Amino acid sequence: MTDRTYRGKWLLLYFGYTYCPDACPTTLNAIAGALGKLGATADKLQALFITLDPRRDTPKVMADYVKAFGHGIVGLTGSPDEIAAVAKEYHVYVAAHLEQGASYSVDHSSLIYLVDPKGRFTKLLSGGLPPERIAQQLHQLIDQSS
Amino acid sequence: MKRLIAVAAFVLAAALSAPALAQAPNASSITVDAAWARATPGGAKTGVVYLTLANHSADADRLVGASTPVAEKAQLHTEFEANGVMKMRPLAAIEIKPHETTALKPGAMHLMLIGLKQLLKEGENFPLTLEFERTGKMVVPIKVTKLGAMNMGGMDHDMPGMGKP
Repeated sequence: MTDRTYRGKWLLLYFGYTYCPDACPTTLNAIAGALGKLGATADKLQALFITLDPRRDTPKVMADYVKAFGHGIVGLTGSPDEIAAVAKEYHVYVAAHLEQGASYSVDHSSLIYLVDPKGRFTKLLSGGLPPERIAQQLHQLIDQSS
Repeated sequence: MKRLIAVAAFVLAAALSAPALAQAPNASSITVDAAWARATPGGAKTGVVYLTLANHSADADRLVGASTPVAEKAQLHTEFEANGVMKMRPLAAIEIKPHETTALKPGAMHLMLIGLKQLLKEGENFPLTLEFERTGKMVVPIKVTKLGAMNMGGMDHDMPGMGKP
């Protein structure tokens, strides 16, 4: 799995972690809602949820997690080095915040990254947008380019 | 928005027989309203509870802890965005000023359930014990709404009347 795996498709990337109780599930739900509104345009796009917490987010955890949101969203994890490299590539801010005992939360950029079919980063959306706004932006980008 | 909350509260009252909802052991000055949790995706080890606390007395009170049988622990948390970065931090207590209400809601303060022992499924209820500095403990039923819900009615951005053109 590299950034070439989905070359030829638009990519929607969202970085987060499954221990995140609020921002991540609501953003993923908004992304799923947007994909549901895209109609045929959705076929030209692949949505990826990339964990910033590879220690806790195993492939199985990620697979179970994204399944709940549907619309073909794929969950990705990797070794801590791989994840750090991807986060760096996209300038994602990530910092573990240690709490009592072994627990920690992960400070992270809540942004949606759009990458065109040639692999060029194209646009950044706020993670707090409602699905119809995300769908509108995706339509504009994808339909204009084809 | 207000109207939606009111409708949601009514539905909850009907479903759960409201008198138990807001009664602390010692004639409570605190009432709890709009108490809900979001359904959790498979694999999730954390959940989140939102609720609105009203203080009907002339003395300030503080929410200092919470617990529930569905999770190993429940922590008071706040979440905020700073320069595009989402941060979440534990809180020692949440103050409820005299004759005021304090809302725990998405994107802000919440109770984080850590070490979930079961998935939270839409339509189910579970008990949550809240501990207040003055009022003591009260048990409130928490209604589980749909995945991605942004308020207790289970409305997400998709529902009519929520700004959809």
